[in-house]
Amino acid sequence: MSATVDTHNHDDHDVHHHKETFVTKYIFSQDHKMIAKQYLITGVIVMGIIGILMSLMIRMQIAWPEQQNAVFKALLGKWAPEGVMDADIYLALVTIHGTLMVFFVLTAGLSGTFSNLLIPLQIGARDMASGFLNMVSYWLFFVSCLIMILSFFVEMGPAAAGWTIYPPLSALPMAQPGSGTGMTLWLVSMAIFIASSLLGSLNYIVTVINLRTKGMSMTRMPLTIWAFFITAVIGVISFPVLLSAALLLIMDRSFGTSFFLSDIFIQGEVLHYQGGSPVLYEHLFWFLGHPEVYIVLLPALGITSEIIATNSRKPIFGYRAMILSILAIAFLSTIVWGHHMFVSGMNPFLGSVFTFTTLLIAIPSAVKAFNYITTLWKGNLQMNPAMLFSIGLVSTFITGGLTGIILGDSALDINVHDTYFVVAHFHLVMGISALYGVFAGVYHWFPKMFGRMMNKKLGYLHFWITAVCAYGVFFPMHFIGMAGLPRRYYTNSNFPLFDDTADTQIVITVFALIAGVAQLIFLYNFFSSIFYGKKAPQNPWRSTTLEWTTPVEHIHGNWPGEIPHVYRWPYDYSKPGHDEDFVPQTVPMKEGEEELHH
Amino acid sequence: MTTTLLTIIIVLFVAVAIWQLIKIFDLAQVGASNTQIADDKDNKMNGYLMMGFLAFIYIITILCFWYLGDLPLMSNSASEHGPGIDSLMAISMVVIFIVQTVTQFLLHYFAFKYRGEKGRKALFYADNNTLEAIWTGIPVVVLAGLIIYGLFTWNDIMNVDDQEDPLVVELYAQQFNWKARYGGEDNVLGKANVRLIDLDRANILGVDEGDLNAQDDVIVTELHLPVNRPVLFKMRSQDVLHSAYMPHFRAQMNCVPGMVTQFGFTPTVTTAEMRETEAMKEKVLNINKIRTEKSKDLTLNGEEPLEPYEFDYLLICNKICGKSHYNMQMKIIVETEEEYNAWMAEQTTFAKSLN
Repeated sequence: MSATVDTHNHDDHDVHHHKETFVTKYIFSQDHKMIAKQYLITGVIVMGIIGILMSLMIRMQIAWPEQQNAVFKALLGKWAPEGVMDADIYLALVTIHGTLMVFFVLTAGLSGTFSNLLIPLQIGARDMASGFLNMVSYWLFFVSCLIMILSFFVEMGPAAAGWTIYPPLSALPMAQPGSGTGMTLWLVSMAIFIASSLLGSLNYIVTVINLRTKGMSMTRMPLTIWAFFITAVIGVISFPVLLSAALLLIMDRSFGTSFFLSDIFIQGEVLHYQGGSPVLYEHLFWFLGHPEVYIVLLPALGITSEIIATNSRKPIFGYRAMILSILAIAFLSTIVWGHHMFVSGMNPFLGSVFTFTTLLIAIPSAVKAFNYITTLWKGNLQMNPAMLFSIGLVSTFITGGLTGIILGDSALDINVHDTYFVVAHFHLVMGISALYGVFAGVYHWFPKMFGRMMNKKLGYLHFWITAVCAYGVFFPMHFIGMAGLPRRYYTNSNFPLFDDTADTQIVITVFALIAGVAQLIFLYNFFSSIFYGKKAPQNPWRSTTLEWTTPVEHIHGNWPGEIPHVYRWPYDYSKPGHDEDFVPQTVPMKEGEEELHH
Repeated sequence: MTTTLLTIIIVLFVAVAIWQLIKIFDLAQVGASNTQIADDKDNKMNGYLMMGFLAFIYIITILCFWYLGDLPLMSNSASEHGPGIDSLMAISMVVIFIVQTVTQFLLHYFAFKYRGEKGRKALFYADNNTLEAIWTGIPVVVLAGLIIYGLFTWNDIMNVDDQEDPLVVELYAQQFNWKARYGGEDNVLGKANVRLIDLDRANILGVDEGDLNAQDDVIVTELHLPVNRPVLFKMRSQDVLHSAYMPHFRAQMNCVPGMVTQFGFTPTVTTAEMRETEAMKEKVLNINKIRTEKSKDLTLNGEEPLEPYEFDYLLICNKICGKSHYNMQMKIIVETEEEYNAWMAEQTTFAKSLN
């Protein structure tokens, strides 16, 4: 691989000069490590807490519908008169919960934190290709967060048309209160978010392609970097399409165009719209929406690959197959969007095509799952909290992924489309799995981020409670979905048909509440470890990758001297012929030693 | 206001209490040489917990099937194509559960079996093309089977055969109710567009008053279908997206403003027959037991008790459509040809219904 670029000529002067003030160091920082922490705190911690609180309120409403609830009264104020949740605000909670978790926590939070932290550190670069764009990307994200949260404080409430905001519901203020100012703010926030995401992604792509240290060929990159790199590529391909959908929707809403609207009679009058189609919006939305699943999932899988290999003290099994499957998933992810639209009214022939492409994507996914399992085989497994979350991820990825075989099959989708079966499926396969990826990443790279160790015992407690509750919540949910219970219902009390699902709903909610409380353990561990954690050693997990060769104390430019050169792939764990059970990438090949993975 | 404040304070106190408990737990470990990196003891404990967790996954699976297995709409389909979907579903489920059981076992068992021990070295095993080929090949074959089966089923359902002379029914959705329109004597629906809606003349569906085919159309709020006759539904919506979901018939199609979508099926079981099936009797009995329990609480609070449940097929909205999305339904009655004809004869035609 000759693509490696020698960065030594121009980087030495970057290292030493310019004194940093508080503002340039902590607020308008251009250092990738600081930006990563900013994303972690804003995206994962703050937005995560808000998103999870919303989900708990949704669950309480479903389990104990239309009843007085002190929590609602306290948190929802005027939208829960007498403590009884209003039906409009229920839909708003569902909408904003989805938006926050999918975009703000698991896209910006996950990629923003770990791509920023790890790309320069693991490929051997002083910083991102453009520190300035990186900073702009974070601050745009920050602004979009603010706007999204602000939308809760407008007169008619936040957007409430579901996170997919299908028009005409989202386009017509008379269709529901949330489609007024709340929806405008949602669209503005998302437009800014997309700009932020594109700047970030371009930066990641350019950095990976141009700034790899000497010897770091593409096939010597850790799988984390491969995953972040391909994720960024998918983002650059698909997010602009959502932006165009959002812009066209803004045009329909505010300037009277008819891209998505036609023949509408609402509240006693005929609207002027003619010739548009909501199905067009669905196509545009899901052209991002489905790749988005992999934008969320691939970085988590990348993190898992790294952590499972390190803690198994074994090379990841089938490194090349892993890269190929990431590429295959990335390609297929852009041609499967129609499986969200089997019953949208599009031509049934398209349904056949999308069934075919959708089920194909199960193949690279299966390869990845089997490769993880084989990596564990005959390993020497170090059960650090990060490892537990990685194993947990593989478990939920399998459980959630398998039901995709049902949903991806157009004939079967007819009857489970938009039921709780779907909710259970995607929460397991992308929600819980990606969250586990975030947790695994935080536990694993906390020493790198903060120079201290997190408490492992609390980590174990956190994992086991969360793992049990995650299955407790989502496993039974498949069954009430198969019973035909639609999602996004404020209450099921108008359907005696579903009365026999009510007890299960309560069980699910109890599990959810316990899981919610368990996250306090993580928060405590996280914040107390920042200040009182044990000082981290240089390379706590005895890992081979470059980030552990940098000093524990952060410095601008990452390495005090020259950037280390790389001589081998990142998975030389327990390699025969070496005394230690890991050989860092910076150790030159011994005479006669082979790069066994080829 | 005071209750709000009180609640916030209580929630805060609970949070603080939990925080303190964690802190005690945390502080209690100080003293042990604590590097925060897993040692053999941790590996052993978590290894055993992995096996425990595997047992938990199996148990929750069994419990779900035991207690919730009779909920799913896996049998009792009431349309001609229903059994096809149900058997495809059953086959997919079998595949899924075999793969799930085996892979979860391997994952957790390996995590237990190969838990770390000081001094042991892992096997350097980076690649094996045969293995990769096997677990690429097996999913390919299994999925190919499922895809082909699925596509045949799908095409079967979605292809509407005009030769069968289906009964044409329009399903008309609006926030938040359903209407159905029959073609009348000629079984042809008159032209319609929401621009023709004239509330003063009670033309609520925007049917073209000048269209000859429209005169004998019949508009109703309860869907009646003759058993064993193919029905072709034409869906329209006047405001936002809705979805016409008829779970017992394994049927669903979105209603899209600005276009007409369609779905066809043949109902095979009348409402009366369905009520008499053993499974349905049991389900209704169970639901009524739950409702009686709930009614007891309600009457104690001085509220109206719930009405007992009697089975009916339903058309329900399954696409988020606004505030009352959760209560947008229409009763479907499947009956014999004679009953249907008798019912139809009582309905008013469109021409006569206008003011």
